[in-house]
Amino acid sequence: MDITNLKGYEIAKKIKDKEIKAIEVTEAFLERTKKIDNVLGGYLNIYEENAREEAKKIDAKNEKNEDIGILGGVPIAIKDNIAVKDMKMTCASKILENYVSPYDATSTTLLKNSGAIIIGKCNMDEFAMGSSNENSAFKLAKNPYDIDSVPGGSSGGSAVVVSSRQVPISLGSDTGGSVRQPAAYTGTYGLKPTYGAVSRYGLTSFGSTLDQIGIFSRDIKDMAMTFNAISKYDKHDFTSKNKKNEDYLLNIDNSIKGKKIGVPVEYFGEGLDSETRKAIENSIEILKSLGAEICECSLSLSKYALATYYILSSAEASSNLARFDGIRYGYRDLSEDNIKDLYTSSRMNGFGDEVKRRIMLGTYVLSKGYYDEYYKKGLKVRRLIRDEFLKKFEEFDLILSPTTPKSAFKIGAKAGDVLSMYLEDIYTVPVNIAGIPAISIPCGFSNGKPVGLQLMSNFFNESLLFNAANEFDKIYKFNEKSSELYGGEFL
Amino acid sequence: MILKPVIGLEVHVELKTKSKMYCGCTTEFGGAANSHVCPVCMGLPGSLPRLNKEALKFAIKAGIALNCEINKDSRLDRKNYFYPDNPKNYQITQDEFPICHDGYIDIELEEGKFKRIRIERIHIEEDAGKLIHGEKSSFVDFNRAGVPLIEVVSAPDIASPEEATKYLQKLKSILESIGISDVKMEQGSLRCDGNISVKEESSDILGVRSEIKNVNSFKTLEKAIKYEISRQTEAINRGEKLFVETRRWDDENNKTVILRNKENANDYRYFPEGDSVRILVDDDFIEEIRKEIPELPFERIARFEEEYKLSKYDASVLNLSKGMADFFEKSVEVSKDSKAVANWLMGDISRLLNETYTDINDIKFTPKDLGELVKLINGKEISNAIGKIVIEDMFNTGKSPIDIIKEKGLIQNNNEDEILEVVNKILDNNESSIIDFKNGKDRVLGFIVGLVMKETKGKANPQMVNKIVKEEILKR
Repeated sequence: MDITNLKGYEIAKKIKDKEIKAIEVTEAFLERTKKIDNVLGGYLNIYEENAREEAKKIDAKNEKNEDIGILGGVPIAIKDNIAVKDMKMTCASKILENYVSPYDATSTTLLKNSGAIIIGKCNMDEFAMGSSNENSAFKLAKNPYDIDSVPGGSSGGSAVVVSSRQVPISLGSDTGGSVRQPAAYTGTYGLKPTYGAVSRYGLTSFGSTLDQIGIFSRDIKDMAMTFNAISKYDKHDFTSKNKKNEDYLLNIDNSIKGKKIGVPVEYFGEGLDSETRKAIENSIEILKSLGAEICECSLSLSKYALATYYILSSAEASSNLARFDGIRYGYRDLSEDNIKDLYTSSRMNGFGDEVKRRIMLGTYVLSKGYYDEYYKKGLKVRRLIRDEFLKKFEEFDLILSPTTPKSAFKIGAKAGDVLSMYLEDIYTVPVNIAGIPAISIPCGFSNGKPVGLQLMSNFFNESLLFNAANEFDKIYKFNEKSSELYGGEFL
Repeated sequence: MILKPVIGLEVHVELKTKSKMYCGCTTEFGGAANSHVCPVCMGLPGSLPRLNKEALKFAIKAGIALNCEINKDSRLDRKNYFYPDNPKNYQITQDEFPICHDGYIDIELEEGKFKRIRIERIHIEEDAGKLIHGEKSSFVDFNRAGVPLIEVVSAPDIASPEEATKYLQKLKSILESIGISDVKMEQGSLRCDGNISVKEESSDILGVRSEIKNVNSFKTLEKAIKYEISRQTEAINRGEKLFVETRRWDDENNKTVILRNKENANDYRYFPEGDSVRILVDDDFIEEIRKEIPELPFERIARFEEEYKLSKYDASVLNLSKGMADFFEKSVEVSKDSKAVANWLMGDISRLLNETYTDINDIKFTPKDLGELVKLINGKEISNAIGKIVIEDMFNTGKSPIDIIKEKGLIQNNNEDEILEVVNKILDNNESSIIDFKNGKDRVLGFIVGLVMKETKGKANPQMVNKIVKEEILKR
């Protein structure tokens, strides 16, 4: 039995039933990481010893028949912009290269309380800005299906480690598609929850009104189980929704017969490649075969989402990233002896180009005389986009689209072409603008690399996303189809 | 051309909540540097603000006491600027939708003549840390970072330095009486900035204003405003152009100096705080707070006049601070003599407080002690003159009047025979004074009484001495 092939919930059950030990599980995954991490670059920091210690604690508890939690002994990786106490949190930036978080993010605490074993912190685009993981200040992350291609971003590392079976589950963050796009590129499930469903406390803010912590997994039940653990009201986060805890596994095997699914024509326009289109059309046929009612619809305002996104997210980022100034922590240019030069030099040398680009853009759109024209207008457009989605959800249970227009591109292919990189997020961004939840489901291949099907639902209806994804894969069986393409000789 | 000053005040008030505005750290003053901090008030990555409900309540309380409308749907905004004492390099404040707006304070210009100063808005925000400059480097203490503040912004309705002082005094006493702040200017829990301009009296067009920062006492406020009015007036009279600028009061040189002009003014890039939802309060919440508001100073002044039969002046002076008014009422409860207690408080006690820069709240003796002192005098146990000695001792040592009197043997002598004996002794020694008296010099009586009092070390009952001296001198 290769433990790394097991699903997260299977691991949890086997540990609880004392069929295997948590320490064996941790060792198995660490072993695999040792073999492939230097090629794939999914991790920025790995905490082997800590993981072993925690696994042994789980075993000791289990030995005494104490509750080990719903994720007891399951290895998990965490994006490096989410705080884990006493571990580095670099956000893949030079400015935080040696920063160690003195506290746990709320989702980290919840995972720990559920018995999860944190293996390490994942590679990403610097401060979550990017769609290819090429903006990491430290190293590239590579797509397990083709190591010359990007894994997507910004949560590239979190996608890589799940896709390549170094952990069954990981956390990422999604501000404009940063979980769903890399999930699509790496043949994994990627969830962007409803804004407010998962506490942002401890997630390094990029766009405060758009950011959500999301989940990667190779199995939909693992995702629902993890969401059970982390989707809780948190008084430390003003924007956290005070709602009743739900069991997201409860309805996961329900029939989706009669569910109405809208397919917005605007998401199938120019730029969508033919193989991706074919994969989505095939998915629609599967959903029809399951009894879902598929209907074309229109989301005419979605074309404004990308522009709105870059105004709102950059504006918020320009302010959120102001705290990285070299005064209290992080990189400081010691050669400067007056405060203004210290700020300038620390930030100039500490931040990468893409981060500086967004800070400049954001500062500009908030400045006197431009605020009304850009930021305020952006807020108005956001409301219209959200209202349009809400209107559609009066009619439909789900909205369906491709997650990305194409499969993963080659490393360096879009270097210097900022606009084409930004267009990567064209199908994912409207979801963040509206605040609704969405999931990317592995649904096919283009150029031999995976593509994703995106399902969107109404606020706080993640339950239906898990249900639909589960029913879909019962027919499609992605893992069977991917095995021949997946890996290459070294994996 | 007659020029008239137009003044508006922006007053920052530190709220005395237990914890900070957006985290659970204590607001206690002092403590080792950076000992009252956490990820939130240090601006660590990933930390998020959460609103202190008590601070919100305090702000609404201030709004109600200052006759404001309470905004049931207000919003937090970010004010962006880089400064080392500002951990996030933005301050969470309120810009477009403050919690309170459109209130007023009535100030009394002279007996019975009131002027209304409008309050444009009150908003909540957080304080910054403190910079400590060493010889070669500077240090930051973030203990104060995140302490809750309200900013009370007046309309430009103030027309003179005196009005400004009255406005600030009244604002201070109201905020003190509702118990939301220590309002101590010297400790920085009350800070004042002034917007000052002059305009042609007949014109509706406002002049070019300057903003004065760093006003840390009533005296400074008055001086700074006076200085600005004359600086601006003289410039206009000389035909010079004025510029919008921020200035600071320079205490050493007794003038305002320029901090920055409009070109160098910060663009704060205000925008909504995305880490917060809108702040919604309902009528029940507001009503609950309204019920908690105690008697306000102007209401208390009226009651003092009525209940204690004080003059408006006395009642107003006693109500300049809540501590003084409280002290008064508690003392009267014991002594039942409001006029005497008022006189002590406004006379000797105020003088002692001023001389030693002591706050009434830090006074060593209790209101009961003062009440006892008044009772001792009224019961003729001691004279008023002895009372003055006793109060000094009470002020310095905190001992009760009885203890002091016993300790120093100051009890009044009411024994007629003993006093008679002393009077006769004094008269025997002052034959010439008796002759003067017979020749019509009445003031000799006072002289003799004085000698008797001196001889008895002030302990003889003064009324008795007066009576006996008169009787005995006539017998000679």
